[in-house]
Amino acid sequence: MKNNLSTNRKMTMALTYAVLIAGSITMIFPFAWMFLTSFKTQAESMAIPPQIFPANWNFDNFAKALESLPFWNLYLNTLLLILFRVICAVVFSSMAGYAFAKLEFPCKNLVFALVLMQMMLPSQIFIIPQYQMLADMGMTNSIFALVFPGLVSAFGTFFLRQAYLGLPDELAEAAYLDGCTKWQTFTKVLLPLTKSSIAALAIFTAVFAYADLMWPLICNTDLNMMTLSAGLSTLNGQYTTNFPVLMAGSLLAMIPMVILYLLFQKQFIEGIAMTGGK
Amino acid sequence: MHKKSKLARSGSVWGMSMVAPTIIGLLILNIIPFFQTIYMSFSQSKAFGAYEFCGLDNYIEMFQTPEFWKATWNSVYFCILTVPIGVFLSLIVAVLLNAKIKGKTVFRAIYFLPMVVAPAAVAMVWKWIFNTEYGIINTLLGMNVRWLTDSNVVLVTCSVVAIWSAIGYDAVLLLAGIQNISKSLYEAADLDGASKIKQFFHITLPMVSPTLFVVLIMRLMASLKVYDLIYMMVDQNNPALTSAQSLMYLFYRESFIAGNKGYASAIVIWTVLLIGIVTIVQFIGQKKWVNYEV
Repeated sequence: MKNNLSTNRKMTMALTYAVLIAGSITMIFPFAWMFLTSFKTQAESMAIPPQIFPANWNFDNFAKALESLPFWNLYLNTLLLILFRVICAVVFSSMAGYAFAKLEFPCKNLVFALVLMQMMLPSQIFIIPQYQMLADMGMTNSIFALVFPGLVSAFGTFFLRQAYLGLPDELAEAAYLDGCTKWQTFTKVLLPLTKSSIAALAIFTAVFAYADLMWPLICNTDLNMMTLSAGLSTLNGQYTTNFPVLMAGSLLAMIPMVILYLLFQKQFIEGIAMTGGK
Repeated sequence: MHKKSKLARSGSVWGMSMVAPTIIGLLILNIIPFFQTIYMSFSQSKAFGAYEFCGLDNYIEMFQTPEFWKATWNSVYFCILTVPIGVFLSLIVAVLLNAKIKGKTVFRAIYFLPMVVAPAAVAMVWKWIFNTEYGIINTLLGMNVRWLTDSNVVLVTCSVVAIWSAIGYDAVLLLAGIQNISKSLYEAADLDGASKIKQFFHITLPMVSPTLFVVLIMRLMASLKVYDLIYMMVDQNNPALTSAQSLMYLFYRESFIAGNKGYASAIVIWTVLLIGIVTIVQFIGQKKWVNYEV
């Protein structure tokens, strides 16, 4: 009986590993294939039966991708987009989240309803008027244009409000009685306690800003002002059949984020799980 | 009544100035545009950014256009193809990751990887894998399926990619839910001799159902407004475009390529209503299967 049970357990474990490994291969295969293809010549990539490894590991396709897209601009634009969106989201949402959780002011509930309303509506419903405002200001094709819809974050406000609701009232009270100004009780006492939520919000904002496609495509049509995602979609039209160059371009576009992910894997996953489990 | 602290009462100016940036931003960027879009859906765009009220014309035109109904069906069909299978697979991954296994963090990191790669780059490699003439799937299997240009297959292909992209994210959320289940429940079941399969259906599934519901709603909403993946996989010269075009893709083409901003606004209002209806149905349906007792 006992023997039977332990073989049974071993079988279950073996099956668990088998399924997880098979799944992992499915998850990694497209990236491996992208990597291998990016070093092949066009002829090698089209060989039948398929040729797994390139004969020579040369960087011609990367050179071609770098020639056809202003990659340095794309990196810089994407970096600035992420940077400004994260700063805006963290600063403004911390202030508003704190106020909604801990302060009293007129029409608080009504104003908070606006936050909830924005969160529930899909972003596309705002996009035409947002674009028109931008065009009226003559600000298309700029970094400001990329950041524009993300200047404030309803989700960030909601999310950080939760973090401040979890802090005891006595804390701020004590600091205030000890002679801190109101601004100091916020920045020196409460804000540092929401560090892990701020980190989660920053990662969430960065990943979504980097992935966003529709808005960057609309607001910046000048290739030099595009983000990596939008730039990649134009490469898509240019090299419809030269897949090694397309793969090299895709690899160049994803590498910075993947490196960051591998370095801060735990923070990424837990941060996004934290924001998602709202 | 909850007694508010002295600090909280010490001046509404302070509170209002703290929310001011966010509220002004929301008003300008979201609240006013929301009403503008509603107004635009009842208007016709004229030259120089002017609009003229035209009643229900955009909606009447929309409801008479087969392309619109096809796009609505495509969005719904995409949900049917991706949500049940995707959430089911995520649940399996989450349960397996919850077992006492070695290399848990490595597995988790691998499954989560597509989340941090831009959909634009993800779509690019899948387009290559599914290429009809030289793609690895067709050449390896000796098939000649037109994965991305056959109007019967194209949305299935996109769904495979969508499921692949979302599995890790959903699994991480579900895993967090599963880890909150008290170990004593499983210990008791072990003592009673309940099999692992039975434990899954009688302990794990009911206990994780609130998280499952959140994941399901989130995935449904995201799938109904899918845009970037299909835009990248199926370009505008693709013969199967109308068979893959989602509502948001149609919206993008109508508003920013064809310039029919009034008509496009009607499409986006329709999509919001559709998402609203599906969400309400889900919230009613949840009473039957979501367990909120601990």
